[in-house]
Order: sequence, then structure tokens, then C-alpha cells
Amino acid sequence: MEINLPSRIESVERAAEEAAAFAKQSGLEEGLMTAIDMAVRESVANAVKHGNKFDETKKVHITFSTVSDGFEVTVRDFGPGFAIDEIPDPTNPENLLKASGRGILFMRTFMDEVEWFNASDGGTIVKMIKKL
Amino acid sequence: MSITITERQAGDVTILDLAGKVTIGEGSVILRTKVRSLLEEGKNKILLNLGSVSYVDSSGIGELVSSYTTVRNQQGALKLLNLTEKIQDLLAITKLLTVFEVFEEEGEALASFG
Repeated sequence: MEINLPSRIESVERAAEEAAAFAKQSGLEEGLMTAIDMAVRESVANAVKHGNKFDETKKVHITFSTVSDGFEVTVRDFGPGFAIDEIPDPTNPENLLKASGRGILFMRTFMDEVEWFNASDGGTIVKMIKKL
Repeated sequence: MSITITERQAGDVTILDLAGKVTIGEGSVILRTKVRSLLEEGKNKILLNLGSVSYVDSSGIGELVSSYTTVRNQQGALKLLNLTEKIQDLLAITKLLTVFEVFEEEGEALASFG
């Protein structure tokens, strides 16, 4: 399943609803939904806010699929990209009181595999798998 | 609906009963606006009752941190009451349980403000 959503905050909720509907249709265990819901919301929020920087001429492209060992989500933005290794660890004592920077931690915590790629024609793709 | 906030007063402590979602966008902004408005009124002892909060994302957690530091910078204190299991997990993951004072009993929380 593929959807393209505008770079707006409302797209976070819409993506979560679509993920829930696809997961239900695929017969996914209810217990896994909390993790997928959280990861979808955080990744789409990142794409809207940090990737596309709320530029409504840029879409957020999302796919949901069932793969051999789990449920896969990809979220692509069309922003300038970023280096994942340069994102500060929000659990370091010096970063604990920062107001932002915890979305990637949540994605990594709730999903079993999370990888970032630079798309050849621009933008960043995050691929996440929740194992069944 | 994102979030509703009901304000109560217990001595010099202001209790905010939060219900709904503290998430990116409106939910976080409503909380931020409320906390800043209390500080403008000189109310800097704040207890956030999160027992009816159904959902928090990383932005919501960030807003709790931001409110905590804003209140502390005004020589006040912001503490948390009635964490749901999910919020407790998120605060543990982010190591913020080491930052916030957290209570299960309202009376105990109120007494801690001194």
C-alpha cells in the first residue's frame, strides 16, 4: 500500500490511521500495533518537520507492506537529507533537558529494524520493520 | 480532540488535570500556553496530572521537558502525577524519570512542594 500525504501536521494522524487499517486488513496482532503506530507517527512527523520543513509543495511518501518476517513501513521525504550519526543521543545527560530530538530514539526502540537511506533523486527514506 | 486541561488550586499548588493527547501540533501548544499563562499569574508550583492522557509522542515528551525547564527557570517546580504505564515507559526510555519528580498519590505530591 502506498500513500502520498502533504507536509502538514495533520498528515501524522492520517498516516497512523492508514497504518492501523492496513495492519488490521493484514491480520496483524493487536499487540504490535502500539509500536507501529508510534513509529509511523514519529517518522512522518520527522519527514514533515525536519525533512520537508512544512513545504507543502513536497509530499511525504509512505508505504506499508507485509514482508517475510514482519510488517514494513517506509517513509520518504524530499528534503536535503541528514547524517544519522550526527543526531545527538537524547539520553546523554547533556541532552536530557532539550525539548526535541527523541523521535528517532522512539522509532529505534519500538521497531526491530530501522535504517535510513539517501534516495538517488533526493530526499531521505527511512525503512522500519516490526517482526511478527 | 487533542487535549483538555482543567485547572484546580490546592493551596499555592496549581493542579492541571490533562485529558486526551499531548502530541505534535495543537496538544503541545495548548500545554505550553497554559503553563506560561500560570507563570504570568505568579503560579509557579505546578502539578501535572497525566492519569487521563491517552497518548504522548516525542513532541509531547519534549513539551513536558520544556515546561519543566521554563517553570524551574522561574524559581518554581513542575512535578508529575498519575503516569500511565505508557508514559512511564516513554520517560524510562528517554531517561527522564531521572529528571522529573513523579507521584502516584495527589496528597503526597502536594506535600512535596513544601
